[in-house]
Amino acid sequence: MTELELLEFARGPALWVSLGVLAAGSLWRIAGILRLGGKPDLAEPRSTRLIAGALRATFARMLPHPAFRRTITLAAWNGYVYHAGLAVIVFGYLPHIDFVKRLLGLAWPALPEPVVYAFVGLTFVSLFVALIVRLNDPVRRLLSGFDDYFSWFVVVLPLFTGMMTLDQSYATRSAAALPLDPLPVAVHLLSVELLLVWLPFGRLAHAFLVFASRAVTGAALTRKGAAQ
Amino acid sequence: MVTTSLGSFKSPDARVAAREFVAQAGRDAAFQLEACVHCGQCAEACHFHLVSGDPRYTPIYKLQPMLKAYQREAAPFSSVKKALGLAPRELTAQELQEWSALLYDSCNLCGRCTLVCPMGIDIAGLVRRAREAMAAGGFAPTDLYKAVERALDTGSPIGVRWPALKRQIELQEQETGLRIPVDVEGAEYMVILSSIEIMGFAEIIGALARIFRHAGASWTIPSAGFEATNIGVQIGSREVAAELVSRIVAAAERLKVKCVVSPECGHAYSALRWEGPNLLGRRFGFDVVQIDELLDRFVREGRLRLRGKDARRLTFHDPCQLVRRGGLSEPPHRLMREVSANFAEMPSAGAASFCCGGGGGVSAIHRAEGLRFAAFACKKQQIEATGAEAVVTACANCRNVLEEAIDHDGMTLPVLGLTELVAQYLEPEARTG
Ligand code: SF4
Ligand code: SF4
Repeated sequence: MTELELLEFARGPALWVSLGVLAAGSLWRIAGILRLGGKPDLAEPRSTRLIAGALRATFARMLPHPAFRRTITLAAWNGYVYHAGLAVIVFGYLPHIDFVKRLLGLAWPALPEPVVYAFVGLTFVSLFVALIVRLNDPVRRLLSGFDDYFSWFVVVLPLFTGMMTLDQSYATRSAAALPLDPLPVAVHLLSVELLLVWLPFGRLAHAFLVFASRAVTGAALTRKGAAQ
Repeated sequence: MVTTSLGSFKSPDARVAAREFVAQAGRDAAFQLEACVHCGQCAEACHFHLVSGDPRYTPIYKLQPMLKAYQREAAPFSSVKKALGLAPRELTAQELQEWSALLYDSCNLCGRCTLVCPMGIDIAGLVRRAREAMAAGGFAPTDLYKAVERALDTGSPIGVRWPALKRQIELQEQETGLRIPVDVEGAEYMVILSSIEIMGFAEIIGALARIFRHAGASWTIPSAGFEATNIGVQIGSREVAAELVSRIVAAAERLKVKCVVSPECGHAYSALRWEGPNLLGRRFGFDVVQIDELLDRFVREGRLRLRGKDARRLTFHDPCQLVRRGGLSEPPHRLMREVSANFAEMPSAGAASFCCGGGGGVSAIHRAEGLRFAAFACKKQQIEATGAEAVVTACANCRNVLEEAIDHDGMTLPVLGLTELVAQYLEPEARTG
């Protein structure tokens, strides 16, 4: 297989298979939980604004609870850094936007390259800080297992392989053009595909489970008038 | 003697526990069990971890057996994982014995961890569920099984029967000169009490007599079904909890009251108000109101008129099951401002207040005493930050636990009940004939 063929594979069948696994796996996981069912709550509600309560919890818990803001650990703030960093890199970098454009026809303005590069550096450092904390802090070490470390790995890998593609000047070229050196791009794409394939099955599924978990608790506490 | 299918500490069975863990992991619980990202933030919220630094006291870690059983038997992809040998191993009795100390001794079901979890996982709610499995399998603390036996047998976890309450009622009648109505059919309010109040703080009965007279509301105490506490929700047995709730419901229906007044007891309120209808599988034909919620309502409606205020520097300890878990954050604090001229709120009062250390049945577990006294350090810090001369609370169990811990730490700080404090400041009534 030539480098170009590998790129074709990564852009074609591998991409579609990984997206298929992502969609099917996620649906399977959600359906598997939904099928467990629940019972209606018969206690007289103090508030019936359950959807508002669920939504409120979904957004409010994006930030630490005010009562804990002063005592929250550096490790928790670090979580915000790499989440924000990843969002900037995924959605703000021109080649990524072009990639989505090819796929879905959607596009939006990109951030200047130096800004994205700064975020790449920051996110990289932040993810390593997260790993060091996980390995050294007794609580996080006790909680963590293969899933946590492998999930970390599949997030860091695309960042790393992405950095390997950076020496090719991209901004001056058209979206449809082939990269000058196809191998790094193919490897980068394959590493992203590994992430997509793993996402529904491991810890990374929090990307969608977070909404259900926060909503369930938000609604239940709102019902009791105890949403804080 | 009522018989139940509750497990026994004499013959623990890990398979029974495992089955119940899986049964407890319904849709909502499963979404939460699955969403944890192992960020460890809940550890920073739990007083047991804060005072000891022991990572095993991390709230979500206490749920490991439930998570394992669920992942093995019911989670999505569990059968594939089992086939590939990737599913968690079966739970062992030894493991569950070990976790008994984590799910009982070091958890007050206080919900402080729930407040901090960025994924919105209601860890305290999950611990409540996990205890169902532990109790069914015979892995709950011996003291709690014994309290269940006493509660089913005598009606009270500490064996308080009607003659003991009757005697206290008579004493309070002599004390206040007021008649205390017993078994009055058609009364508006039926008051139930906790054993701790009956035996330790019986003045509450006299205070209630003065309050209801002042408010001009009809009330009664039932001679059967008067016990408000519910050891079933603490040990984690729906069956026991339902039996105990059904006694209160039977009394309310027999006396045809409009409203049952839950006393100053955190878990008693959540057992009747929030779990009760679900335990019995039907809605109640009466309202449930917590006594301080009712007093606050009476004050706001002008039915209770207060005069004068306590001049001491007072602070208020939030009972977790009333405030953070029960939705009654405003009423006790409003009442405090009505009766205290020098009221100092604790840091993080309301939502993020620390538990006294004895909630969730912990105060009834003898082997947990040392840990409970150690955990009090967090509460102590919050109390001391106020410079208060006395602590007021709205739960007789908190009151008892605080008194013990304060004594243990060599502090001198009285602990008062809010209802009694309110009764002290009732406007004197004009004497008519
Ligand atoms: S409910 Fe309270 S005691 Fe139990 S784990 Fe959470 S913070 Fe700790
Ligand atoms: S705070 Fe929530 S997400 Fe983080 S470890 Fe605890 S339970 Fe899991």
